[in-house]
Amino acid sequence: MMILESLRRQPAHGYALVQHIQQRSQNLLQVEEGSLYPALQRLLKAKLVKAEWTVSPATNRRVRMYEITKGGIRHLEREINRFDRMLEGIQMVLGPARRAQNS
Amino acid sequence: MSWWDQIFRRGRFDDELDEELRGHIEEKTEQLMRLDGLSRVEARRAALRAFGNPVLVETRSREVWRWPRLESLVADLRLALRRLIKSPGFSVTVLLTLAIGIGTNTAVFSVVSSVLLKPLPYPDSERLVSLWLNAPGAAGLANFQKGLPLSASMYFAFSENNRTFQALGIWSPGKANVTGLTRPEEVNTILVSDGVLEALDVPPSAGRLLTAVDQIPNGPKSVMLSYGYWQRQFGGDISIVGRSITVDSQTRTIAGVMPRGFRVEDQDFDLLVPFAFERNKQPLAGFGFHGIGRLRSGVTISQANAELARAIPIWMDSFSNGPGTDPHWYLKWRITPDLHSLKQEVVGNVGNVLWIVMGTIGLVLLIACVNVANLLMVRADARQLELSIRAALGAGRGRIAGELLLESVLLGLIGGVCGVAVASAGLRLLISIGPANLPRLNEISLDPGSLVFNFLVSLAAGLLFGSMSAWKYSRRQATLSLGSARTMSSSRERHRSRNVLVVVQVAMALVLLVCAVLMIRTFQHLRGVDPGFSHPSDLQTLRIAIPDSSVSDARMALRMENDVADKLSTIPGVTSVGFAQLVPMEGIGHGWNLIYVEGKTYAGDPPIRFYNYISPGYLRTLGTHLLAGRDFTWSETYELQPKIIVSENLAREEWGSASAAIGKRMREAPSEPWSQVIGVVQDVRYDGADQGAPAIVYWPAMVKNPWLGTFTPRATTFTIRSSRAGTQAFLNEVERSVWSVNGDLPVASMRTMQEIYAKSMARTSFTLAMLGIAASMALALGVIGIYGVISYAVSQRTREIGIRMALGAQKHELRWMFVRSALTLTGIGVVFGMGAAAAVARMMRALLFGVSSLDPISFATVPLILAAAAAVASYLPAARAAAINPVDALKSE
Repeated sequence: MMILESLRRQPAHGYALVQHIQQRSQNLLQVEEGSLYPALQRLLKAKLVKAEWTVSPATNRRVRMYEITKGGIRHLEREINRFDRMLEGIQMVLGPARRAQNS
Repeated sequence: MSWWDQIFRRGRFDDELDEELRGHIEEKTEQLMRLDGLSRVEARRAALRAFGNPVLVETRSREVWRWPRLESLVADLRLALRRLIKSPGFSVTVLLTLAIGIGTNTAVFSVVSSVLLKPLPYPDSERLVSLWLNAPGAAGLANFQKGLPLSASMYFAFSENNRTFQALGIWSPGKANVTGLTRPEEVNTILVSDGVLEALDVPPSAGRLLTAVDQIPNGPKSVMLSYGYWQRQFGGDISIVGRSITVDSQTRTIAGVMPRGFRVEDQDFDLLVPFAFERNKQPLAGFGFHGIGRLRSGVTISQANAELARAIPIWMDSFSNGPGTDPHWYLKWRITPDLHSLKQEVVGNVGNVLWIVMGTIGLVLLIACVNVANLLMVRADARQLELSIRAALGAGRGRIAGELLLESVLLGLIGGVCGVAVASAGLRLLISIGPANLPRLNEISLDPGSLVFNFLVSLAAGLLFGSMSAWKYSRRQATLSLGSARTMSSSRERHRSRNVLVVVQVAMALVLLVCAVLMIRTFQHLRGVDPGFSHPSDLQTLRIAIPDSSVSDARMALRMENDVADKLSTIPGVTSVGFAQLVPMEGIGHGWNLIYVEGKTYAGDPPIRFYNYISPGYLRTLGTHLLAGRDFTWSETYELQPKIIVSENLAREEWGSASAAIGKRMREAPSEPWSQVIGVVQDVRYDGADQGAPAIVYWPAMVKNPWLGTFTPRATTFTIRSSRAGTQAFLNEVERSVWSVNGDLPVASMRTMQEIYAKSMARTSFTLAMLGIAASMALALGVIGIYGVISYAVSQRTREIGIRMALGAQKHELRWMFVRSALTLTGIGVVFGMGAAAAVARMMRALLFGVSSLDPISFATVPLILAAAAAVASYLPAARAAAINPVDALKSE
């Protein structure tokens, strides 16, 4: 979901994606950078993203740029929606308990 | 990336992924160098730490695209295939064994499924029944194996008095002369009443079906053609419908054509001719018609039986055998209807034979599987070291068993594919031989069902022989230590399972051999039987029919037959000629009737006897010996003198001896004049060599009696004794001679007596051939099995033998040690096999003739054969063992 969200903002290659996610989360999420790649392959297989080899203007290196597809955007919206509702549900369950604790 | 790319462009995928990951790490390294000012080495280490294990990442990424289970299966398959190709000797042996085993099974299954399992080729065929009668009160009728056929009057009584049948009719096969086309031809006809074609319910391929309208006596005459005859005679010309042809000198309009493959029950025909019964003139008697009916849906056979039973008194009330006769006389016969399903009628007793053949062929496959299992175990033994290393490296038990199993299943399936070729060749062979009494032969084919069967059998065979070794080896590896695999003399357990296989094999081979020997003995007995005629290969037979419609006077017809006989006897090389209403084993139903003996009183009716009408010289031509008295003469025959000849068994039964019968008198009915016995001849087995000779009354070729008037059989079989019988030149001369008397006479069914004889033994010889093939395969496989086990034991025990020899064992002792173990195994197998064989032999009792199912000779010789085979098979490797040089054997230690 995070990968898709990042890609929706802007197509990126693997390294840039890692950088982006780490910055956005203000280094709260510390994962093995390598674990990004199997995830990217799963997205490729599900046709949610597409990939193309280009030359990165910043480093002048041949990189694989990932771009979100239309299906990917739809999937992302659905997922965000579901995630919001789940979060809402969790808050509703936890909310009263917390209030009871606080009072 | 499609799955296609995935499988075939794997290399590129790996390269790209690799490049991508390397790029990532490089970039990170550079960034760390730039931002944190680390050295390249430190930066790279930090980058790698942050990244994780690149190999694992790569593997995970790759797995996203794959089915790991399938991939490992494919890898195993590749490995198995490679190994099979690496050892062509082993693979070819196993595949040949399996191909033959599975192929024969598939072929036999096709036969069984086409003949026994598939429904008859009529719509809703399970509602079709065949109509027969039981008549326990009619002495002598027991000769008729299926019961008593219907009479025409009975057909009327039944069809007019039932509510359980949708349609019901009678039919009768016959022959007719078709003239006016290219040349006179005798064709096979089926006479049908109204109801037969309705019951079978098959629409015509052209024109219309015969209906009640076509049966009106003196009405318009019509006929239907079979598809084959239509193609052969008219080239499939559709405009033929409505034209007319001359059948037995009567002009008939062609009403329609039946579709390809249509038969009445199992009877092929050229023409379908409607009966034209005058209902009111039908006598009660004349029980000679096949009945067929279609039950209404939901009606059972017993309901229909019960209803027809109620129609029998109506039949006796409504018809008569003529003035002054008692229509209720038949009460004494205690006639009851005896319906059975049409399929049972068509398939008959051949089911028995087929199931036995199927069983034996199945056994052969089992034996073959056991052999293959043995071979596989030897191979697995050779891989013992490899398997243990893999187990030690952490290969799961299931993984190794699965791999072994996969290899054998692969073998099974390849064997099955080759088996399909074997099966289709076998079926083609079978159909071209065309065993006479195999019904529905034209329906046999390698259908999808057979292919499914083939696949299942292949799979089952592969699993069967594979699981034996797979189970054993996956279970054993835990206890196996790597070091001992090299030097250990083989364990007891490893031998035990192989020994069990040999015992099983011997037992199965014994069963098949016993059955085969029983059939051989049956065949010998049949060949040893004196059929009542001599040198059948020098006897030419042919059928000639002179229809009423072309020569109405019996005397004229007889004169014509006499002329033909005279003409035939002038052909060079012919020693004698005669003719009769029917010749032995021809497969045409007998004529029969009551016969009263002078001076005897009968409580009920006298027994029914088989009648034949014969010309002077017929008995001599056949080679049937005259035991007392003399043959008929032509002048007697023309003068209608009341003389008869009887068979020896009839003479003995009535008067005690052949000579005592001469001069005695008999008659057909109390109102008849007496006929005098002028000769007694040897018994003739008219119904086949395996059936008892019937008691026969031979009448002259022309007789006079109240109901037939002056009568001569219109269709007769001529017999010609000549050493040239069967040659084409001879047949041509025979035809020319017949046509020199009358150009309209067709000559049909030219066969030598030998052919007729062989056909009557077809069931026995077919069973014999199948069992013989199965048994010899079983014996060969058994011998190979024993040889394999002993020679493997020898190779495994080389060290032990070396030690024994070094300690002073004699060569002959060593040889005997191995032969003895083979004989012990054979002995155990024989004991088990004997029991099974006795059970199987009881099942095939119906096929035996002159041999008991527990025939001591068969049961004694077969174990001896097996023991001898086992001794030979084990002697060869045993001799090799004895030739081992102890120094060589122990050198490797």
